[in-house]
Parts: sequence; C-alpha cells; structure tokens
Amino acid sequence: MSDFEPDILTFCCNWCSYAGADLAGVSRLQYPTNNRIIRVMCSSRVEPIHILEALKEGTDGILVTGCHIGDCHYIEGNIHTDERMKEIVDALEHLGLKDRLHLEWVSAAEGKKFQETITDFVEKIRALGPNPLKEKAKEE
Amino acid sequence: MTEQESTTNEEAEELRIGAFICECGVNIAGAVDCYAVADYISTLPNVVTSVVNKYTCSDAGQAEIKNAIKDLNLNRVLVASCTPKTHEPIFRACVEEAGLNQYLFEFVNIREHCSWIHMWEKEDATRKAKELVRMGVARAALLEPLESSEVPVTDAALVIGAGVTGMQAAMDIGDMGHKVYLVEQGPSIGGKMAQLDKTFPTNDCSICILGPKMVEVARNKNIEIMSYSEVEEVDGYVGNFKVKVKHKPRYLNIDECTGCGLCTEKCPVEVPYIEFNEGIGTRKAIYTPFPQAVPLRALVDKSICIDCGACIKACERGAIDMDQKETFSELDVGVIIVTAGYDVYNPEPNHDFGFGLYDNVITTMEFERLINASGPTMGKVVRPSDVQPPKRIGFVQCVGSRDTNSNIYCSSFCCMASLKNAQLLKEKYPETEVYIMYMDMRTPFRMYEEFYNRARDMGIRFIRGRPAEVTENEDHNIIARIEDTLTNEIVNLELDLMVLSVGAVASESTETVRQILKVSKAADGFMMEAHPKLKPVDTTLDGIFIGGMTQGPKDIPYSISQGSACAARATRFLAQGKALTEGITAKVDEDICVGCGVCVPMCPFQALSVEDDKLKILTALCKGCGTCMAACPTGALEQSHFKNEQLLAQVKNVFAYGEV
Repeated sequence: MSDFEPDILTFCCNWCSYAGADLAGVSRLQYPTNNRIIRVMCSSRVEPIHILEALKEGTDGILVTGCHIGDCHYIEGNIHTDERMKEIVDALEHLGLKDRLHLEWVSAAEGKKFQETITDFVEKIRALGPNPLKEKAKEE
Repeated sequence: MTEQESTTNEEAEELRIGAFICECGVNIAGAVDCYAVADYISTLPNVVTSVVNKYTCSDAGQAEIKNAIKDLNLNRVLVASCTPKTHEPIFRACVEEAGLNQYLFEFVNIREHCSWIHMWEKEDATRKAKELVRMGVARAALLEPLESSEVPVTDAALVIGAGVTGMQAAMDIGDMGHKVYLVEQGPSIGGKMAQLDKTFPTNDCSICILGPKMVEVARNKNIEIMSYSEVEEVDGYVGNFKVKVKHKPRYLNIDECTGCGLCTEKCPVEVPYIEFNEGIGTRKAIYTPFPQAVPLRALVDKSICIDCGACIKACERGAIDMDQKETFSELDVGVIIVTAGYDVYNPEPNHDFGFGLYDNVITTMEFERLINASGPTMGKVVRPSDVQPPKRIGFVQCVGSRDTNSNIYCSSFCCMASLKNAQLLKEKYPETEVYIMYMDMRTPFRMYEEFYNRARDMGIRFIRGRPAEVTENEDHNIIARIEDTLTNEIVNLELDLMVLSVGAVASESTETVRQILKVSKAADGFMMEAHPKLKPVDTTLDGIFIGGMTQGPKDIPYSISQGSACAARATRFLAQGKALTEGITAKVDEDICVGCGVCVPMCPFQALSVEDDKLKILTALCKGCGTCMAACPTGALEQSHFKNEQLLAQVKNVFAYGEV
C-alpha cells in the first residue's frame, strides 16, 4: 500500500480552527494535500451521522476541530463536542474504525498547530491503510 | 412559510448555479490551474456558467457576477477564492445588489486552504481545488434564502479600561453625543501613562499632558466613570449587550470624600506602594492613588487596615464607612470597547540579568518612578542598595521581548523608552556615564530616528550586545560581561545601576475580559483583531472592538489612534441606531418535535423552552451555533444554512475518486 494517499475530511468551527487553518495559509505553512475542510459554526454542530456518512463514503480519516475548552465562542459548545465525540468513538470501536476519528482543539492563532495536526493525522491514517468501506463506496 | 417553501421548490426545479473561480493574481493561479477547475465545474449538474477572474473581488469581478445573475438568471452564486472570514460579506452584498438573497451565495476557500499551503504541488492542488469547488456546488444547490433581522441598538457604549486608549475612545464617543460607561478596575483613571515620567519623542511630562485629559474625561457629561469596578458578566449581542459591573468597596462614601488627605496623615499603617510606585516608597492603609487621580478620592486597603479608627476621627465630612460592601450595576449597552492594557514583563521568576538577585538591577517602570519629579524620591535617581546617586548606568534592551525564552515579539516601545530615560539622565546628571546594551535599535515613526541621533550626540554609549553574564561585586556594583558584536570585543562593564528595559505582556485583566467576551487570543497572548491589516480594531464579534495594548504592544500615539479608531468603528452602530443580525438560527419542525426537551439544556443562551409539548425557540437569543440540533433525537431541529442535508451534500461530494 505504498501509493496509498488517505482521504481526510476535517470539520472546522467558524471561530477558532477555521481561522487557524486560514492562519496556516497566510503563514504559507505547507502540509499534505489530502485534507478537505467543511466549515460549521461550532464543532458541536457535528453529528454522528456526518461522521458515519463520511466513513460510508470511503473517507479514510475524519478530524473534528474546534476552539480550546474555555474559549468556545458559544461558551460551552465544545464541551458537548467533546462528550459526543467520545460516544462516537465508542460506537466506532465496535466497527473497528475508531482510530479514523480524531478530535483536536486549534485556536485562531495556532496556524502551526493546524499544519502539524493535519500532517500527523495524514501519516497516522496512511499507516492505518485505507478505510475498508472505500472500495464499496467507489463502486457506488 | 408556504410561500418560501414554494419558492424553494420552484428554484429546486431549475437550479442555475454560477461559479466564479478567482486567480487572485498569482496567489491562487500560482499553484492551482484555475481554468482546469472552471472546466471541470462546468460539467457538474446545475452549473450554468463557470468562469475564471483575475480578481473576483475587484469592481470588474463583482460586476461580472452581477451581470451573470441578471443575464443568465442565476439563482445560486459560488465564488472560489480566499477566506469567508474577510470576503464573505463583500460577495454577499454583491449578490444582494443584483437581487439575489445573500444566503444563496456559497464561498469556497481555495487560497488559504489550498494554493498557499500547497505552493509547489500544482497537480495535487488543482485536484484538491476541483474537489473543494465540487463540494461547494453540491451545497449551493441546497441553499435556501434567509432573512437577517434588524435589531435596535441601545444608544450607549461600554469602555473597559481607562488608560489613555480607553479615555480617548470614551471622549470621542461622548463628544459625538452618545452615553459612555467607562469602567476602570483601579481607583483612578489614567492607566500606566500616569506612572511615566516623561514621554518620547518630545520629553514632555507624562502626567502634565495626561492630567488635563483625565479632567476632561471627568467633565464630559456623556461619560460615566466607574472606577474601582470590574466587568463581571456580559450577555447579549451587537446592539443589545447586558453587562454586570462589580463596584469594589472603597470603604468610604465617594460623594462625601474630597480627597483632602487628612485621613491619610493620621493613618498609622504604612506599606510599600506597589500599585503605583513599583514598591519604591510607601503608602498608608487609607490613601489617595496619586495627586492627579481622577476621581481624587481616598480608598482603604482592608487587607492591612488595623481598624484603629484614626481616619474616621480625622474625616471632617464623615465619609468613611468601614462596613461598605461591594455593589453591582446592570448596564444596557449597544457596543463594547476593550482597552484593558498590559502588564510589564516580570524578570523575577527567571532572574533575567540578575533581577531579583542583585539590588541594583531594576526595571524601566521602577526607573520611571525614580526619576519622576512627583515620585517617591521626588525625582532624585538613587540606587536601591545604598540610596546613593549612581554614576554609571546601563540599560539592557529586549528583556522579555525578542527572546525565545520569554516572548518572541518585539514590544516596540522599549528602545524609545530607554533612549528617553538615557537622555533624561544626561540632562539631569551630565557627568553620569550612560550605556545602552542592545540587539537592534528600532526607531520608526516621526521624530524617533532624530531622537536616537540626539541621544548619540549627547554622549550616550551604545554597545551592540546584551550581557551574557551578570554578577555583583563587594560594592554591590553590577558587572555585565558583554560581547560588543560591532568590535568583536568582550567588555566587562562595571555599573552602579542596571535598568532592564522590560517589554509588555497581555495583562491579567485583558485575559479575564477576553474570556468573558470570548474574543480570540493571538499567539502572543494579546487579543486578536478581525484582520491584521483591514480591521485592526474590530474583533470577529459584531459590536466588540479592541484598542491599545490589549491588542498588542504599542506606544502612546499609536494607542491613542486606536482609541479614536475604536470610537469611530463603534459609533457607526450607535449613530445608525440599528444593526443586522445573522439569519443563521435554529429552526424547529413542530410536526416532528415530540417536546422531549433533550435540546433545552444544551443551549448556552437559554433560547429554548418546551411549551405544550412543543419546542419554542426565542430567535433573538439564538446565536446559531447548532449545538442543540446535534442533540435532537427526532431530527426536528435544524440549523438554517447548516442543515443536515447541506452538510451531508458536502460530506458525500468531498472525494471524487478519480473523476477529477
């Protein structure tokens, strides 16, 4: 699987991590091209169905990113995100997919952290190999 | 509702999407083949036109969008260019001008999130851009028109922090005829500038130019000063903020006190005066902050008061009230300006350059108090170890600035501050040897370089290098061992007094207020502006502005400019009396909702309640975060503009698997 390039989907909240991704761009911090971003207002908007659908579609790894705890633009949205992600990871464990979901807090000032998070996650998923649902998704 | 639905359905039948791919000069085109992206997009369903612009945001680019909306009957517009954080409002306004609801516009970021981060991978970057735009097209097809609501704006401003920046902002807003609450945590307004001796580049006395301004603030009929007070809570949104302010007890009736000072004379308790004199000299347990304080009123430091009652007997007006409790005010304001200032870098924990180990190593702020004519030594410069006038004084630059061990940023004012203090020493004590140990002297802006030249002409010695080792000899003199990088010589400089030119760090109060308001924090710890160039005093939060040192280190003229800038930006809302709020809110489908109430505690803004087994949403309180709908077990809740079907459309179209 040496030529395997993982497909990575990242949910960014409007206030912190999306701005962090912007800062990585403004700072010209280069990172792998594997990642695609979907913007939501708050990371707490991300529902299990978004994660499950993405996996069903063959996405190899999913990152959910938001403001650091205490810095949420909506006071405590990210606390709910944290709780929900734990539940989703538990559910994914039964499917053998739990390592394909990762939660990370990235502030608007952390362009460097955004770059490193994506780079590390791409490498982690590359080592993990393709999502087993990918071939089926491609056929459809 | 029915009408809107039918419109949506009608549009759904004949979707006409226009895609505009921006080259942004070479910013995008340098890494992304924009024509290839446009070609690919033109093959996608519902796309009527797909064109490349040199600069989509330019007049010509926007005209092209407007013309296409009219000529091609577009009902969805997609722009693939830079970040929505800066450009979404521009394109939303553009499509509205052409008669299209602004929420039927879709933004795709192919610059910050593509071309700039894949600068040397054109093939992959182009494929990624195609997929990003493909996601956007899928989402655009499902967008629905929304209305922003117009809300009235309370005609009052809150300014947090009454240093020189906050004072300027308050005065400008007051002069424009609007009510201002000026909240200051200390017992007097004036901020750090009140502590300084003289100010560069004119060397005029700081309090002599600040004092009259402080009086002017107090006299302004539109400004209500709340000194010795702190903002505790802020609720609401642009135009309608509710603010809870705590008034700390001064233990005297501020309306009765005249600041005569009789109480202070009689008070037997004396402690080092840290708050204003940096611990040089003392103050009593009951004291007025400084001679020019506004308000010129005493306060009691209860932590050291021995309840002897001497002050109560001394006060002819019976102003002292030792049972006073803290009180609270609730304010309604339309806009908020944060000017909460800075703290000077503290060299003590790391003993930078021997600070805290050797008596005769002090900071700039201590020096300011020493050389200040109204300071604890009446302006006589003496060194701490033996209270004798120093004959050899050295200033060390970049302490807590431009240093990977503390802060990497330049604090910007310290070079000029040391040049000023060095000049003052030479003027006052011409025989004194004065050294400045520096990495680079940074003196931009009008009259600053001339100021530097003047310091050289006065005989101040500049050594390019900072002490590598600092020790003390038996006379308590400081021995600084420095490599002069201009002469490549090791210099052992014996100094009677060494002054550390400490930089600025974000103040504790800046961090407290930042967390209350949820303003973003920059990497340097200060508050973050909405855009580093175009919106230097705005935040990403509507109606909240930041100025002066709260936003980062800067000097007095720059701070005052930002104070005025904040006032102008904020007063736009007050003058118009109305503001637009986002149309993105939670919506509930009452036919599906079973009134279970799982979502209710999720809402951080108390916008949800269950009445008669159905969910009620107070739209004015809803901020559109989406936290509640992710909790809804029935799917009755939706977040407009981020509906499930819209997000899922993106999820399903994210990877084209060889199609592009």
